[in-house]
Amino acid sequence: MHPNLSFDQAPPISVPYRFFLTAPWFGMLAGLLLAWSGGDGLGSRWTPEVLALTHLAGAGFMLQAMSGALFQFIPVAVGGNVWRPRLVANVIHPLLVLAALLLVAGLLFSNPALLSAAVPVFLLGAGGLVAAVALALWRTPATGMTLWSMRMAIGGLAITVLLGSLLADALARGLNLPLIDLTNVHLAWALGGWALMLLAGVSYHVVPMFQLTRPYPLWFARGFGPLLLLLLCAWSSRLLLDDDRWTTPIALPLLLLFSAYAVMTLWLQYTRRRKVDDATSLYFRVAMVSLLGFAVSGAAVRLYPPFGDDPRAIVWLGVLVFVGVFVSATAGMMYKITPFLNWLHLQRLGAPISAVPNMKKMIPADDMTGQLRLHVLALLLLLAAVWLPTLARLAGFAFAVSCAWLAWNLIGAARRYRMFTDQIRAVALHP
Amino acid sequence: MSITTPLFQHHKHCDDIFADAESACGNGDWEAGGKLFALLQSQLEAHFSSEEELLFPAFEAATGMTSGPTEVMRGEHRQMRDLLGQMSSGLAERDGDAFSGAAETLLILMQQHNMKEENILYPMCDNALGASDLGDNLAQRLKAS
Ligand code: HEM
Ligand SMILES: [Fe+2]
Repeated sequence: MHPNLSFDQAPPISVPYRFFLTAPWFGMLAGLLLAWSGGDGLGSRWTPEVLALTHLAGAGFMLQAMSGALFQFIPVAVGGNVWRPRLVANVIHPLLVLAALLLVAGLLFSNPALLSAAVPVFLLGAGGLVAAVALALWRTPATGMTLWSMRMAIGGLAITVLLGSLLADALARGLNLPLIDLTNVHLAWALGGWALMLLAGVSYHVVPMFQLTRPYPLWFARGFGPLLLLLLCAWSSRLLLDDDRWTTPIALPLLLLFSAYAVMTLWLQYTRRRKVDDATSLYFRVAMVSLLGFAVSGAAVRLYPPFGDDPRAIVWLGVLVFVGVFVSATAGMMYKITPFLNWLHLQRLGAPISAVPNMKKMIPADDMTGQLRLHVLALLLLLAAVWLPTLARLAGFAFAVSCAWLAWNLIGAARRYRMFTDQIRAVALHP
Repeated sequence: MSITTPLFQHHKHCDDIFADAESACGNGDWEAGGKLFALLQSQLEAHFSSEEELLFPAFEAATGMTSGPTEVMRGEHRQMRDLLGQMSSGLAERDGDAFSGAAETLLILMQQHNMKEENILYPMCDNALGASDLGDNLAQRLKAS
């Protein structure tokens, strides 16, 4: 039997929302930082600006949005119970915000004290998140590849944070470690082992559900995660072997695997039954096309030296993966989850369902597609700015505005939730 | 074939009708959309009532779990019937926003519901009721609808 399977345990709405509403602010900060620092900062992956931008996107925007989604998905999609979700979120959320800000400031100003301060806060915040989520994921009696991907992803987050902390500590105290190798391993676990693993696992669940596509073929879902894990372990062996000959033979299959996921998802979307497009399906398509672009460019970096030797090539990859893949995918997800959660929680207030406004009344569709267009424009400008530094300020500004618009749309949904709650309660009191 | 296979397959059938009804109404073809919607409503109703009148009682009798998963599923059926009602009034008034908003909400609710059934409840039912002839009854009832 299924002992503690939670059939109906969506966490309080404040739990996902506090993360969702925070995420876009990190994007705004990233855009403003670029608008302020201009094009020189994008010259190579090691400039303080790029390192700060990376973590505003990765440890800020993405980590916030994905944490919120985890709290929501674990009970609903894989039947797990996060222990006291409101309490855990109350503690973890501020810790993660503070840690990300300290880390970014430490990287931007190359300040050892700030870097050192970020480490324990990150270990506490992310450690708490990993512990709470892992406990729920290992105790659920459910099965399936979404669950397994989530388990692997949370392990990927743990490795990411441990390696990141080691890096930060090494920088702060000037330890004699192979920084470049460590960074390459850290970023692989961050982007592949944590973010993409989670995105894929969630895709198995939501792509068929939101767009009525066929399910991902079983062989694909069974193969993707374990193969990704295996290749990441192989990639990490560089720390021990210190032999550059292996980089390309491991990188290329990894990039091929990324493309396989992107192509599979695009193909499922293309052959789906539901014909209606919305911001979420378009955002997913942007993410998958960007992932393909990332894989092709990544292969070019390895195989075509005139491109690969330009320090800007890696920055180009960074824009594709952070802004193109993950900001797009998470924004698209939030645009679907938020209106549905509004509806779900409002309807639980006990009003007749006909009194609860439907999902489309939660965020106006035009605001979502408008914001999506601006995001795509910002993405294109950012990509161009990698090669034409004079565009950097404009691109940064466009990205900041698109993130502000995202924040505005999400805040609007939260405000409408309040407003409809009051209306429903008033009707319930004075029928 | 397990007992719940007919229900499983019928979910996909309903998804197809949903997609066709939604796109017809979305394109302003209310005539065709209305027919497809009527089909959707009757098929979903047949599905809900087969579960409520055949599958759930048998499961509850076999396991003694009367207030667990089946209760949650009944509640979600109620919500989906209500959303179908909203779609129906949107259709009657040719109100595209009301129709598509309720349709969007129904879709997500229905998909979540189906996944919970397919991944959790149906396997539990197959375990508990494996030796009965309930599967044939369900298949016949859905076919007749
Ligand atoms: C959780 C999401 C995270 C993501 C997506 C992420 C991503 C990345 C990426 C892509 C790089 C390479 C930057 C480049 O090549 O320009 C990097 C470097 C770095 N990361 Fe992270 N990271 C994350 C978390 C952390 C954490 C939690 C810490 C520390 C507490 C950290 C510390 C560092 C440091 C210090 C470097 C730079 C190493 C150097 O300059 O040699 N990261 N990270
Ligand atoms: Fe059902």
